[in-house]
Amino acid sequence: MRNWLANHWFSALWLLVWMALNAFLFAQTFLTYEKSDNYYYTREILGTALAVARASAKCLNFNSMLILLPVCRNLLSFIRGSCSFCNRTLRKPLDHNLTFHKLVAYMICIFTAIHIIAHLFNFERYSRSQQATDGSLTSVLSSLSRHEKHKDSWLNPILSPNTTVLYVTFTSIAGLTGVIGTLALILMVTSAMEFIRRNYFELFWVTHQLFVVYMVCLAIHGIGGIVRGQTKDSMDESHPHNCAQYYEKWGDDDSDCKYPQFEGKAPESWKWILAPVILYAFEKALRFLRSQQSIVINKVIMHPSRVLELQMTKPGFRMEVGQYIFVKCPSISHLEWHPFTLTSAPEEDFFSIHVRVAGDWTENLVRAFEQQHSLVPRIAVDGPFGTVSEDVFQYEVAMLVGTGIGVTPFASILKSIWYKFQHEDHNLKTQTIYFYWICRETGAFAWFNDLLISLEREMEELGKVGFLNYRLFLTGWDGNVAGHAALNFDKATDILTGLKEKTYFGRPKWENEFSTIATAHPKSVVGVFLCGPRTLAKNLRECCHRYSSLDPRKVQFYFNQENF
Amino acid sequence: MGQIEWAMWANEQALASGLILIAGGIVATAGRFAQWYFGAYSIVAGALVCLLEYPRGRRSKGSTMERCGQKYLAAVVKLFGPLTRNYYVRAVLHLLLSVPAGFLLATILGTVCLVIASGIYLLAAVRGEQWMAIESKPKERPQAEDIKQPPSNPPPRPPVEARKKPSEDEAAGGPQVNPIPVTDEVV
Repeated sequence: MRNWLANHWFSALWLLVWMALNAFLFAQTFLTYEKSDNYYYTREILGTALAVARASAKCLNFNSMLILLPVCRNLLSFIRGSCSFCNRTLRKPLDHNLTFHKLVAYMICIFTAIHIIAHLFNFERYSRSQQATDGSLTSVLSSLSRHEKHKDSWLNPILSPNTTVLYVTFTSIAGLTGVIGTLALILMVTSAMEFIRRNYFELFWVTHQLFVVYMVCLAIHGIGGIVRGQTKDSMDESHPHNCAQYYEKWGDDDSDCKYPQFEGKAPESWKWILAPVILYAFEKALRFLRSQQSIVINKVIMHPSRVLELQMTKPGFRMEVGQYIFVKCPSISHLEWHPFTLTSAPEEDFFSIHVRVAGDWTENLVRAFEQQHSLVPRIAVDGPFGTVSEDVFQYEVAMLVGTGIGVTPFASILKSIWYKFQHEDHNLKTQTIYFYWICRETGAFAWFNDLLISLEREMEELGKVGFLNYRLFLTGWDGNVAGHAALNFDKATDILTGLKEKTYFGRPKWENEFSTIATAHPKSVVGVFLCGPRTLAKNLRECCHRYSSLDPRKVQFYFNQENF
Repeated sequence: MGQIEWAMWANEQALASGLILIAGGIVATAGRFAQWYFGAYSIVAGALVCLLEYPRGRRSKGSTMERCGQKYLAAVVKLFGPLTRNYYVRAVLHLLLSVPAGFLLATILGTVCLVIASGIYLLAAVRGEQWMAIESKPKERPQAEDIKQPPSNPPPRPPVEARKKPSEDEAAGGPQVNPIPVTDEVV
């Protein structure tokens, strides 16, 4: 717990401040509408539901302002860059931008529900008071709309006893934009459920563009001004504290109290969302400008199992390890941008991505490049984005674990470490690397295999055999594979991968691995980096705690779950 | 968007609609709104939709994550056979269920959401999708039973041949109890 707090205190503080601001805005708005005198008569009809609806509306404005900010990736990169002198912990929350985006989205859903329920009660009460014929205060207030003199200073938006709430909802701007905006929100949320997002990403991405509808509906939602309070002039003339009880005498010539005049509140949502919308539009403009820049594709390599490697250069492009780019191929789709982790090292003079076929767009991309006789398709690139995994270079001993597709960022990291090592870069503190590659079968990652083989060879040439130690674990083995491996036990290279290290079958026994490393490096600080599933992260974190020595001078394991 | 299984999204949308119908129905009934009996209907209809939609169907490509505890409901849904398997039936059912809730403001949001879900199910049905139950995976790897039984004799053990047939060699003397009669075949 203490360890977690030390690493995440800034994120926890950020969340705490956000919740506190929500609570503050809710409470302050609630009290305003519950206590202030200009809403005295409104409260007579509506009760506390008025204050609840307005308070939740204020929080909705606040969260709608916040929701666009975590996805302004260029803004985040800018903040990250300009705060590079800050402690790493302060910049860590920037890596969890999508988590914050989701939290704000959940908050918007909660406040939308509260807002709608409160307004349902409000409409029902307005309807009842419009239909009441008992001459009570509420019915007098509601009848203002039918007086010739007071037609514009009405209080009850349900203008006559025959009007139904359904009619008012669908003929008023507030009602219509409310329904449409909420629908857009619901569609966005259902298509953003993790199951849909992970398996049908295109559907999620297209539906999520409905946020434009949501923002527009939010901006014009309050234009009708149907939340009404007493005007200042009317309050000066006939203050509710003096006149509320004498409502039967309003309008009489001998009474001091006149009919109260009401006015609507000006819409304020647009003020909250204007700045983020402009920032986001700026991001989109930047993406468009970048897409117009020319990308030179230096090399196209088709790897086994239909993995496409694209090596490209772009003027002014600078990357760091662990970053990703968005790629668009206009000949396939003019609108879709897909994210890919960069697999080249910053020291190389090109940048590369490896694209595996995993859906419509990737299928079309690979097929487009497979045609050798037609023109090479044009590519547009936006980025690089994402956190820089520079921490890897700070540890004397690095333990890198990549599972399945999670091995991709390690291509960049391993290559970069190797370049730094060759050039004796002083920023590189790493002396030994233990790399664990866990996958079902190597098919789609044969290219990574080749990378390891070439690294192995280069290290042998330099005589630095102990620098990179890697183990490959195949979890998708069967009897045949194991039998074959057993027969070829004494060959120098592994029959499956061609590497000097033999392939292991099954999952690694982390206790053994950690204790081996702990005994081999009794006085070092070991950084453990994972790109893989949460269950494995939990496992590794526990092992880090268990095998870190109590003595701070002896071996210490630090777990870093990087967001690749 | 060719590889999208629309039924999966329709399922999420319908589940959300069911919950919204229930919520709207509770508000209308608890607040005794005008025509609140539509609200009571909405609670029941919403619950029915939720029960029908909670078990997630199997994806045609790839593995499917079950929802927590959906096994029992999935068994019930499977019982109805073609009524629940066919998405045309579901599309029509959701459309019909949503209509009465459309008369009340509190539940009209649920109605619209359910109509949208019905539309997506129609699209799924047109593309030939079907609800299939998620099969529980059989155990893949042979467990320890395949490992041959360890030897039951303590060492020193007579060589393999002696265990199969009477030994030709002299049995090792000493306090060992020979489980197999060791005879000297030397004549």
